[in-house]
Amino acid sequence: MISFLLRRILSSIPVALSVIAICFLLVRLAPGSPFSSERALDPATQSILETKYGLSGSLPNQLFHYASNLLHGDLGDSLKFRGRSVNEIIGQSLPRSLLLGSIAFTLALAFGIPLGAWSAARQGKPSGTLLNGLALLTLSIPTFILAPVTVLLFSFYIHLCPPAGWGSPSQLVLPALCLSLPFVGVCARLTRSGLLEVLGADFIRTARAKGVTEPNLVFLHALRPAILPLVAYAGPLAASILTGSLLIEETFAIPGIGQFFVSGVINRDVFLVSGVVLVYCLLLLFFNLVADWLTALLDPRISLSS
Amino acid sequence: MKPRALHLCLAALAFLTLAAIFGPYFSPYSVDQISQTRLASPDATHWLGTDLHGRDLLTRLLFGARISLLVGLVGATISLFVGVTYGLISGYLGGRIDNAMMRFVDILYALPRIVLVIVLISLFDLKLKHLLDGTFLAPLASHARLLLLFVGLGLVEWLTLARIVRAQVLSIKERAFVLSARLIGQNTPTILFRQILPQVIPIVLTYLTLALPAVILEESFLSFLGLGVQAPLASWGTLLADGAALLNPIRTPWWLIVFPSLLLAFTLLLLNFLGDQLRKLQK
Repeated sequence: MISFLLRRILSSIPVALSVIAICFLLVRLAPGSPFSSERALDPATQSILETKYGLSGSLPNQLFHYASNLLHGDLGDSLKFRGRSVNEIIGQSLPRSLLLGSIAFTLALAFGIPLGAWSAARQGKPSGTLLNGLALLTLSIPTFILAPVTVLLFSFYIHLCPPAGWGSPSQLVLPALCLSLPFVGVCARLTRSGLLEVLGADFIRTARAKGVTEPNLVFLHALRPAILPLVAYAGPLAASILTGSLLIEETFAIPGIGQFFVSGVINRDVFLVSGVVLVYCLLLLFFNLVADWLTALLDPRISLSS
Repeated sequence: MKPRALHLCLAALAFLTLAAIFGPYFSPYSVDQISQTRLASPDATHWLGTDLHGRDLLTRLLFGARISLLVGLVGATISLFVGVTYGLISGYLGGRIDNAMMRFVDILYALPRIVLVIVLISLFDLKLKHLLDGTFLAPLASHARLLLLFVGLGLVEWLTLARIVRAQVLSIKERAFVLSARLIGQNTPTILFRQILPQVIPIVLTYLTLALPAVILEESFLSFLGLGVQAPLASWGTLLADGAALLNPIRTPWWLIVFPSLLLAFTLLLLNFLGDQLRKLQK
């Protein structure tokens, strides 16, 4: 277990470093300077600013400077939001995105797994087809459609929830729902296909022959091996819920990490973009690690050491 | 599921495509014709209403369908070529090369796609414009950005396919016919493209139906954020963004949000359903 963890963490380091390096270089290579927004700066000011932020000299030099700061835990200063460090911005905005993301993730699993199980249990009957169609429908409606439509419906026509903002629990309802709904469909379909495969297995036939009732069969016997594909997918899923929140944050005016990311990309705010990408990358690696560990926990045949 | 559902779905997709190609010609309005009837709700003259500048929404939606569907098709095709070639080579060569190639895919997976697409577009926008200007492709020069969007989306969408194809090739290359091909002296490219490629094509084609909605979605997403298709051109994403920008508690022109949403969601549903059915047929 510990050696598995150590090995995984060690092998993640080069991935994270390459991601950061590629990201830094890409943003630096993109035309347009972070310092010239409306009017061009005179070359002297430009070079003073570049020296100040460690962006002068050749690209490899800049990258080296950034990487050595990074190893000291310093993500640099934002070039657009002057006077704020990237550490500070991420420290403030990440918890909000994480809260929203974890609510949406819980909702996606809480609705998706039962929906998938139910539609698998009703396989071949009209109700099963209907439930499967419902899952397909939720997965086909992207968040950027859901967001304006739900605001129109539930904030402006029926005054149920506030349309935007951050702070009170009622302001969380719409964004969390919009963020989770497409993933409800994804979870439901993964659960369904996993279950259908397991329900054809021998041990299920034996259990059925022993007289286990159909709901017990699905929820007690079949579900555990059947959600393995879902668990494997949940790592990238958690990461994509967090990146998916980018648009939700934009529409619902939530000061989360996604908003800073978009503005950073547009303004070539290289330290901000690299910092956020590093956070996303670490989250992805972390969730993948947890997913692998959970898979081994659920399926004793899988060993972590191989 | 009956094949009737599949036929209905195909018919609906064909209708959408035809409407996108020929629809704008039948419309009495042109796509960027500004009129005094601003924000008119749907009626007999403007079936789906008009937008902030008095442009007919139905015409704009049909026009947007051209770009949205084209982006999907071109992007998915590019991802197909890149992904299949990459997966074939990586899987067949195996060993250290395979390992390195797959690590590269892992790294790209961990990078947010929107950064890649945006950087690609802004890096090569002007260069491509200059390149096109001198040649017979000059009329395309003003759309260099759009062309790059097509290519960029295709280039970020190939990762999953490369993994799928590689996994397939790993098992196929152990089969007897590959060994025989090698024994009669066929070279590696011939074996790859004449022997192994035909074996992976069914899977690749079903993947195409997955990639199509994914690329359309990504384009709308970027356009919604204002980073994709630029005015005066319109795609479903930009139309939806225009509608969402007018969202206000006093009087929202609901048709500008509802109709683009319905059309986009319906198309994605059709494509997802099609992919579903094709995968079922394969089993």
